[in-house]
Amino acid sequence: MKITINVWRQKGAQASGRLVKYQVDHVSPDMSFLEMLDILNQQLISKNEEPVAFDHDCREGICGSCGVMINGLAHGGQLATTTCQLHMRSFKDGDEITVEPWRAKAFPVIKDLVVDRGAFDKIIQSGGYISAGTGSAPDANSTPIAKENADLSFDAAQCIGCGACVAACPNASAMLFTSAKIAHLGLLPQGQPERKSRVLNMVATMDAAGFGGCTNIGECSAACPKEIGLHFIGRLNRDLLSATIAGGSSVD
Amino acid sequence: MTTETKPQVETRKPVEYTDARLNANAPAGPLEQKWSKHKFEMKLVNPANRRKHTIIVVGTGLAGGAAAATLGEQGYNVKAFCYQDSARRAHSIAAQGGINAAKNYRNDGDSVQRLFYDTIKGGDFRAREANVYRLAELSVNIIDQCVSQGVPFAREYSGYLDNRSFGGAQVSRTFYARGQTGQQLLLGAYSALSRQVAAGTVQLNERTEMLDIIIIDGRARGIVTRDMVTGEIESHLGDAVILATGGYSNVYYLSTNAMGCNVTAAWRAHKRGAFFANPCYTQIHPTCIPVSGDHQSKLTLMSESLRNDGRVWVPKEKGDARSPDKVPEEERDYFLERRYPSYGNLAPRDIASRAAKMVCDAGQGVGPGGLGVYLDFSAAMKRLGENTVRARYGNLFDMYERITGENPYKVPMRIYPAVHYTMGGLWVDYNLMSTIPGMFVGGEANFSDHGANRLGASALMQGLADGYFVLPSTIGNYVATGGYSQVDSSHPAVAEAVNAVKDRIQKFLTINGTRTVDSFHRELGNIMWEYCGMSRTEEGLKKALTLLPALREKFWSDVRVLGSGNELNQELEKAGRVADFIELGELMVRDALERGESCGGHFREESQTEEGEALRNDDEYCYVAAWEHFGDPSQAVLHREQLQFESIKLATRSYK
Ligand SMILES: Cc1cc2nc3c(=O)[nH]c(=O)nc-3n(C[C@H](O)[C@H](O)[C@H](O)COP(=O)(O)OP(=O)(O)OC[C@H]3O[C@@H](n4cnc5c(N)ncnc54)[C@H](O)[C@@H]3O)c2cc1C
Ligand code: SF4
Ligand code: FES
Repeated sequence: MKITINVWRQKGAQASGRLVKYQVDHVSPDMSFLEMLDILNQQLISKNEEPVAFDHDCREGICGSCGVMINGLAHGGQLATTTCQLHMRSFKDGDEITVEPWRAKAFPVIKDLVVDRGAFDKIIQSGGYISAGTGSAPDANSTPIAKENADLSFDAAQCIGCGACVAACPNASAMLFTSAKIAHLGLLPQGQPERKSRVLNMVATMDAAGFGGCTNIGECSAACPKEIGLHFIGRLNRDLLSATIAGGSSVD
Repeated sequence: MTTETKPQVETRKPVEYTDARLNANAPAGPLEQKWSKHKFEMKLVNPANRRKHTIIVVGTGLAGGAAAATLGEQGYNVKAFCYQDSARRAHSIAAQGGINAAKNYRNDGDSVQRLFYDTIKGGDFRAREANVYRLAELSVNIIDQCVSQGVPFAREYSGYLDNRSFGGAQVSRTFYARGQTGQQLLLGAYSALSRQVAAGTVQLNERTEMLDIIIIDGRARGIVTRDMVTGEIESHLGDAVILATGGYSNVYYLSTNAMGCNVTAAWRAHKRGAFFANPCYTQIHPTCIPVSGDHQSKLTLMSESLRNDGRVWVPKEKGDARSPDKVPEEERDYFLERRYPSYGNLAPRDIASRAAKMVCDAGQGVGPGGLGVYLDFSAAMKRLGENTVRARYGNLFDMYERITGENPYKVPMRIYPAVHYTMGGLWVDYNLMSTIPGMFVGGEANFSDHGANRLGASALMQGLADGYFVLPSTIGNYVATGGYSQVDSSHPAVAEAVNAVKDRIQKFLTINGTRTVDSFHRELGNIMWEYCGMSRTEEGLKKALTLLPALREKFWSDVRVLGSGNELNQELEKAGRVADFIELGELMVRDALERGESCGGHFREESQTEEGEALRNDDEYCYVAAWEHFGDPSQAVLHREQLQFESIKLATRSYK
């Protein structure tokens, strides 16, 4: 197939960017989207033009490195699929595709399609853990956990931190990401002692990082490659409410 | 177990090697007591003094992430580094199937002793007993630790932890979290690390690549890094350096590893004096999605756990082009069940891969180019129902369908072996210290525990054992023993290393050749796969030894790296990695040539039994090959650490 792509090119964080049109011939339907970008880059280098920078690593849909807007949709809009798992068989010969970086105030562009998602790490650092020192753990089977809770906790724990939820949200809110961690830990007995301080601190950090507020639009969950459910945001809100009523403050 | 096959080669007198540079430092005494005795005898650092000591940890995968978090928790001043934009993205995240532990929750006869034995046997008797025993012992603490951190392992309806079986074992000791065990374990380590970042004990440097190591007075005292966003070259000094930088499967270009996995940190350390052990021991995983075309940039693993319920087969007839459902039962060759009746589809990886290669070489392979075999779930679907199969493997089936466009609930998967893991790595002693004092190596980057073949679900176990338990103890001992002086960045060794890094980067940017970095990487991969892949011959290896130096020369005169060093420059990053891979490739080939026996993942065609099984030669090769660098890989000098088996008897490894 032949594909025309318009790629966002931006030299650096301070530079201004623009869409540049390229033609990629010999695209096989079995190629992944990133392999198509590889071919474009090989082409550019042979013409002495700088290749397009984009983040990627595992190419298996699990590390969360990749992620671009494809025709305006985070990860290309295919159900439960990261950019690296999107294959060219979902496009047609002659298609024109527009590729842009995540757009969010809290995710500044570094170069071309690469953005800085460090704000996600900050949110986790503010409480996305259970304080269990190495070596202090009791036997793993000493606390049975109901399978439904363990499974639900797992559903939330699958978040890969890709940022598509933020990119897809008109408010650039990070609620889905944050709620996934709150739910993962809050559904386990081990996560109870820090449950209140966790939600207060993580939400405060999220707000301070410049993410927008949640107005229940639901684009986040639709774009999420791990299908993290909107109901987790409900859990976060309930935890937040009960922690606030309990008179918690965001510093513990 | 029995010895069915007699060696076909002439056996010479057993050789015993001793090499003063390779003291394993394993404590004396009975195997079961070595680690507890060692822990008691090791020196401790007063908690109040720990923050005065800086530990540099390169890598935030299971090994590095766990080590950095634990050392931070203990109060050390930790500086951690990774090349991804977040510590959570280290390649450990991609591990699917599970993690072993001798918990014996099934009451099926498992024990530390059995896990130890399985691991030594699985490694074809090429690992060090003392290290492996400790690994088996620590396996039980790992599961406890992870559960307390909130790792959501699979559970049964009773609420207790579930287990599954993996290759090379007859007990069910593998803990798992659907098909995303590595992800959940890494997120556990990452959360512990994040807690320490917040506490101020760990300073995390993402998008920062280590490009050299700084040696002062014979000890590792720091590293040189490049900030991958600004291009700034910096030095970092400390009391000790831990490398936990993962494996080097990407020397083959196509592998199941992430695109960025590299040997650079280990190779730079090797060039500064760390011995590289058993570089030729690589693991080819039997169940990967076959290559679909020249555009292929990486290969995708289908977890070994699938072999619990999937049956591997090819048509008996050569070149049978019928669709799989048209091949009647009696015309199918379930070659693993046929050749290895007691382990069947769960034969260890090296054996299953080679068996697949043999049937494909014989013309029975399926799919494009005949490079594939079926992994068929129809029997399991009948026995268990589609829902149970979906619950067990749903995400793997979905992934398969996304990549191939075929629905594995309807047609059997097609699979083929692919490079997956490297047992070789930097040589370390019992304390996980390399031949450079003060430089420790953990996880896949060291050579330590898996001998010539790693069993499934054992890498995660090893990474976490190293990171949570071993390194935090042995680093403390090293720091407490002291004997080294304060250093600062004005030391000439610092400037020397920094300038070496800068010169190299300048060199890449000014060659201005005609070929892309990727084209060299592909060519390297082809050479390695062809001559140093699933099966190796003296002739082929010698051929590779002429091709690789020529490739290296071409690379350094004809590579094209555009852009500058002061910005995000992914081609520049790749160029540095590929340059190191080319050199490593040569050392791997030399190692493979030197090891005239077959063992585990290393199969020398000259050394096989009549049935085509690997033929080990304990009289001559019962050693760890540790290479010392001199100028370039063709000059590297071989040192040998004799392996002593005191608790286990050397035996032919059989899974029949
Ligand atoms: C697809 C797949 C599935 C697997 N499944 C299983 C399984 O089910 N069970 C099992 O036991 N094992 C499995 N393995 C093996 C196992 O995942 C790995 O061996 C293990 O996770 C390696 O962990 P590590 O900490 O040593 O390295 P990694 O997780 O690879 O981490 C390496 C770290 O080093 C950093 N790094 C590397 N080079 C540099 C540099 N130059 N400068 C700075 N930082 C650097 C990286 O950023 C990263 O943080 C699997 C492997 C693969 C590829
Ligand atoms: S919630 Fe979904 S979209 Fe958001 S970061 Fe996690 S995996 Fe990505
Ligand atoms: S590259 Fe890892 S999720 Fe896409």
